[in-house]
Amino acid sequence: MRITVNGKPETVDDGASLLDFIHMKNLEPGKVVIELNLEIVDRKNLGDVLLRENDSLEVVKFVGGG
Amino acid sequence: MGVNRFSEGIGRYFSAADLEKIRSTRVGIAGAGGLGSNCALNLVRSGFVLFTIVDFDCVEPSNLNRQFYFQDQVGLKKIEALKANLLRINPDLDINALDVRLEEENVRDIFAGCQVIVEALDGAHDKAMISRMFINGDKLLVCVSGIGGWGDSDRIRVRKIKDRFFVVGDMESEVSGTLPPTSPVVSIAAAKQADLVLSHVIGPCIKEKPLAR
Repeated sequence: MRITVNGKPETVDDGASLLDFIHMKNLEPGKVVIELNLEIVDRKNLGDVLLRENDSLEVVKFVGGG
Repeated sequence: MGVNRFSEGIGRYFSAADLEKIRSTRVGIAGAGGLGSNCALNLVRSGFVLFTIVDFDCVEPSNLNRQFYFQDQVGLKKIEALKANLLRINPDLDINALDVRLEEENVRDIFAGCQVIVEALDGAHDKAMISRMFINGDKLLVCVSGIGGWGDSDRIRVRKIKDRFFVVGDMESEVSGTLPPTSPVVSIAAAKQADLVLSHVIGPCIKEKPLAR
């Protein structure tokens, strides 16, 4: 199915959860902030939230250094 | 009490109305390392006077390559050293300096009185935590991700995620043994954070180009 990630179109497997998406992108759940359709997703619920056609994701990845 | 020459001088650059906005904004700075100390320096020079600065570290010799501290301050608490250094620029600052480790449980209370939050922490988990806590609030939130190494300094860009949420950096370059933190790149990121704060508070004086994502 097609979704939008940071404004760009992407394709993910049908039935994929947000956690699946995070693993697919090699991201660490604790180091990202994810908004699904403008709603922040609680880190504990990433595995329960299933992606749907035309969902819009905003993914902000953090790396160390300050 | 003597004349505050800093206040005397800054009046040349900002209108009284803008200065009033700047002086009535409390900026919360999470971390007083390379980003936090240099961002604070830029904000004080921009006329900001109200700060809440949070850090639990002491100044170490390895900080002096980029952080706004001096050799004779090694061993001091960063918040105390930073407060002293900022007061040398403008003696009339109201700095709430907290020797605390920021956690999910205390961060909202600590920054409750701030209109702006500058994320200047070291660890990726802590950066993400601060972002999650304030992403949908009414405060301006300015974070940093990706400031390791040197070279190609134009990679340090401003990304506008939402009206009140910005991320500065190249989003990739994690500080490491091969990508050490250097004064030029860290200072650029810290200065961009300060510029975002100033522009938010009094409006930009340069017409904004659409920001890349």
